[in-house]
Amino acid sequence: MEIRYRFLLLKSRPIRRSVGFWLLIALLPWQSLSAAGGMESGREPVILPDLDRREIVEPEIDTEDFEISLFAGALSIEDFGTNPVYGARLNYHLSEDFFLEADAGYSRASKTSYELLSGSAQLLTDSERDFTYYNLSLGYNLLPGEVFFGKGRTFNTHLYLIGGAGNTTFAGDDHFSINLGLGYRFLLTDAFALRLDVRDHIFDSDLLGEDKTTHNIELSAGLSLFF
Amino acid sequence: MNPMASAHPHLSLIYLLPLWLLSTLAAAEERYREVEISAPFIELQTGPGRAFPAIHAVGRGERVEILKRRTDWFKLRTHKGVEGWVHLDQLSGNLDHQGEPLRLDAPRLDDFSRRRWEAGLLGGYFEGAALLSAYGGFALSQNLSAELAFSHALGDVSSQLMADINLVAQPFPEWRISPFFTIGTGLIHTRPRSTLVQSEDRTDQTANVGLGARLNLGRRFMLRGEYKNRLVFTSRDDNEEYSEWKLGIAFFF
Repeated sequence: MEIRYRFLLLKSRPIRRSVGFWLLIALLPWQSLSAAGGMESGREPVILPDLDRREIVEPEIDTEDFEISLFAGALSIEDFGTNPVYGARLNYHLSEDFFLEADAGYSRASKTSYELLSGSAQLLTDSERDFTYYNLSLGYNLLPGEVFFGKGRTFNTHLYLIGGAGNTTFAGDDHFSINLGLGYRFLLTDAFALRLDVRDHIFDSDLLGEDKTTHNIELSAGLSLFF
Repeated sequence: MNPMASAHPHLSLIYLLPLWLLSTLAAAEERYREVEISAPFIELQTGPGRAFPAIHAVGRGERVEILKRRTDWFKLRTHKGVEGWVHLDQLSGNLDHQGEPLRLDAPRLDDFSRRRWEAGLLGGYFEGAALLSAYGGFALSQNLSAELAFSHALGDVSSQLMADINLVAQPFPEWRISPFFTIGTGLIHTRPRSTLVQSEDRTDQTANVGLGARLNLGRRFMLRGEYKNRLVFTSRDDNEEYSEWKLGIAFFF
């Protein structure tokens, strides 16, 4: 291009030379712009990947340390028969070995054999028959393992020990209670699990006249979700 | 136009919501963090625990996706589609998408000063009665946090339910055994034992001051012990003063 301009400027007559000169002036900014454009397009592959990389937002890793479960089962309330029990549990897995659990359950005491035989005598009012409890417990995954179904299916399981303290409200009073138990967690998938629990809720009661330690054994099955 | 949609505009929302949820789920499923293995190899196990057997080895230079995390275990998927779990210690130090060593969150004592949330379960004594307590806290600064605590004291004569808002100051959060001071206010609900005394339930306001210490157990867990002096503003002539102490496990994240 430059050679052509020089040719134009040198070889043309004065009037033409000035036209050529103005032409050159008019063309110069274009020339510089297109040169800049050329430079930009030349740099493109160098700069843009850097910018792209900075724009990548790393996806968060999904952490699933909490487990929530609903359960139903049977609770043997000492002196008051065996009754259905329902409840919920929330677990936080501290490590592969230990987990914390907060749970709450509800049951309703049926009549004692004395109440049934005597006919009309009532030891507890209707609202006093409600048996509610909550516990704060620590669990330990004692036996992690696997269960095999046929050739191709494997499920992870945990046999765990659990124990803690809480409150049991029964017969209209709050009782400090201790719970001890054994449980089995059967992981259907990574997120869903079946749970079987045996729990003994132990508390002191003076309901039948004298202080005694009552054992209230609970058998339950539940479904849990990790999140 | 669909007459159903015009008659029940919310119906279309009902149809759209699951679609939207599905689309977000699908979108979420598509993107996982990628890691290039720079260790000679890592072993994938069948479950998130040391007892589960290794089923697959991933060699140097292979890329894997991190599907999820449970405690210190990560579920990975190789480009061949093999899935398995690997421990934090094996995975960290491999290369991230920029070729830098992968930094995975493995909380240590130093991280306590950067905590946002804290929670714990404690047990102890409240004037001779058994005490159960749970709390959650939010860090306002490195040294100061606000806590919401629920406690239940179970005595022979009565039981007390307490809810408190506390301000907790930790002058030395970086110490392994770190002392703290609390001040707070709340409500106390007293329920007398029905078999012993015929008395009404009552609710009073309380204020408390306390001191305690936190011992770091490693990782994100700590042992927490505290003593509190609690003043109950009763409707009678004299206020009541109680002392309580408790000990328990707490964790931060």
